[in-house]
Amino acid sequence: MYIVETRTKASRIAGIAALVLLVALIAAPLFASRSMIQDLFFILTMLTLAQFWNLLAGYGGLVSVGQHAFVGIGAYTLFGAGILWGMDPIAALLICGVVAAIIAVPTAFFAFRLAGAYFAIGTWVVAEVVRLLVAQWQTLGGGSGTSLPPQARDFIGVETIATLLDVRTAAARDIVTYWLALALAVATIGGIYWLLRTKRGLALAAVRDNIEAAKSVGVDAVRMKWLVFLVSAFGTGIAGGLIYLQKGRVSPDAAFSVTDWTAFVIFIVVIGGIGTVEGPIIGVIVFFLLQSLLADYGSAYLIVLGALGIVIMLFAPRGIWGLISARTGIQLFPIRRRLRRAATSTKPTTGERHG
Amino acid sequence: MIWVDTIVQGILLGGLYALFAAGLSLVFGIMRLVNLAHGDLIVMAAYVILVVVSFLGINPFLAAAIAMPLMFGFGWLLQRIVLNRVLGEDILPPLLVTFGLSIVLQNALLEGFTADSQRIGAGALETASFAVGPVTLGVMPVLTFLSAIAVIVGLNQLFYRTALGRAFRATSDDPVTASLMGIKPASVFATATGIAMIVVTIAALYLGMRANFDPTIGPARLIYAFEAVIIGGLGSLWGTLAGGIIIGVAQTVGAAINPEWQILAGHVAFLVVLLIKPRGLFPRAYD
Repeated sequence: MYIVETRTKASRIAGIAALVLLVALIAAPLFASRSMIQDLFFILTMLTLAQFWNLLAGYGGLVSVGQHAFVGIGAYTLFGAGILWGMDPIAALLICGVVAAIIAVPTAFFAFRLAGAYFAIGTWVVAEVVRLLVAQWQTLGGGSGTSLPPQARDFIGVETIATLLDVRTAAARDIVTYWLALALAVATIGGIYWLLRTKRGLALAAVRDNIEAAKSVGVDAVRMKWLVFLVSAFGTGIAGGLIYLQKGRVSPDAAFSVTDWTAFVIFIVVIGGIGTVEGPIIGVIVFFLLQSLLADYGSAYLIVLGALGIVIMLFAPRGIWGLISARTGIQLFPIRRRLRRAATSTKPTTGERHG
Repeated sequence: MIWVDTIVQGILLGGLYALFAAGLSLVFGIMRLVNLAHGDLIVMAAYVILVVVSFLGINPFLAAAIAMPLMFGFGWLLQRIVLNRVLGEDILPPLLVTFGLSIVLQNALLEGFTADSQRIGAGALETASFAVGPVTLGVMPVLTFLSAIAVIVGLNQLFYRTALGRAFRATSDDPVTASLMGIKPASVFATATGIAMIVVTIAALYLGMRANFDPTIGPARLIYAFEAVIIGGLGSLWGTLAGGIIIGVAQTVGAAINPEWQILAGHVAFLVVLLIKPRGLFPRAYD
């Protein structure tokens, strides 16, 4: 008798540590300053975007450089729902994801026609098209953008938090969006980890490692690519809506910025370690530290980030987490399936399958 | 009559896009490398020409002739030191490295030259024009178009008439077998990127003389180049010219209807072609 398991000792310890960290993060607004809450919000939303891009490129093999399209679509859906329909922004967040996923269907239809590397530029073209179309939309401010109307700024929970924690409305808004960002990041990491451990996750890894071999054992590669692309668009759309709910102001150039929402995200994943759940977490911390250190230098900061991305791709293509993992064998989010003898477990590992 | 004029201007604009695209097409054709920094390399070459013009006070065409060997050397080293390391089955490393390069180049140019828009002065040539029947043609657009044709003819001659071209085709087909015949793929690839950078310099010369440029316009040039390549069909340089013309005409027609639609119309034309003929109008390569 054998049983298949993925858990390791390190993953159990990491699970407990993660729970402690999560409790601390939930309680953060009670003791942290407003600027720290804003920093944490930024880290959590970038982490969410990075996880979805990693799912796309690291697991699905779909290197998109047009994910800023879905951030912008999410942002504009949120503002559209608030301005045109007077909808509560928090309720509209889900719609942001749905709209992004709907627009991902024609995007994928076009981009999947482009083989290999040209897929990347194809997604970029679609993002440009969406940006140019949105800039024509005069009700939402056209090319110069618009602000969230006052009635939409006091969304569900803001008043309550302001009274409970005795803070100003603006600070309460930051706290609510921060908790939403935390929930989104946790749901994203948990959801992706769950997906990778299911049958579909195994199929996905098979497609990434060898598409022909995967097809030969009955994996529908095209369906897997569609699944990954739509899921990523959905999550990226929600994150985009949330980011601009916190900012309170949107413009096409900012919401569809290739630097902010695609370049940064790609560097986070590459530096941290592409193709792992841990990578983007490490990457976002490194990214934030670099930004805090070098933000005053403007474009020099981007030169350093770009150069670091190139160096890592050349000399350590599995990123920082890849180096750590290769040296220590630690996996915090193990997805490798191992066969273990169930009854008398004298030999814990009898066979390994690459996951 | 205004429509004839619009379409003729569009065709001539297509020459510029074909120049943007030829270098991209060359590199992809030989080593299956999609260079996301291609647009930024064009902008960089425009700054090199600008610096030569302002330091030596010479004609831009002469300055471009000086910039060409510099850009060839840069491309050669770039391929030799960086890009050759990431070529292979996996498409991820070359994409991410060239994307990183794009960000680095853009911001290095911003540091060096600020965000102010620049122009390469070409004197009387900028406004010179002549009439052909009812249509007035600018000398500069006509010169751009003729240069695009010259570049394509030149590249085709190089490909099919020279030993270097034979080495290019052989390495493109099968690097391992080619290396058995005494060809060194690493140095063939470096030479190919060097030649692509010469084409990039020609494109940059016209980009800089025809309109203002600044460090941030690279990605848009990459997108036009890419659209021209895909519309034309991978592996066909004449197809690339046709692709450039389609984008150019779509843009001028779009702009004639509503100035805000110029760029959008070009992208829509690309999507329509992708919808009807996913492999482009004149496909040749199968990958």
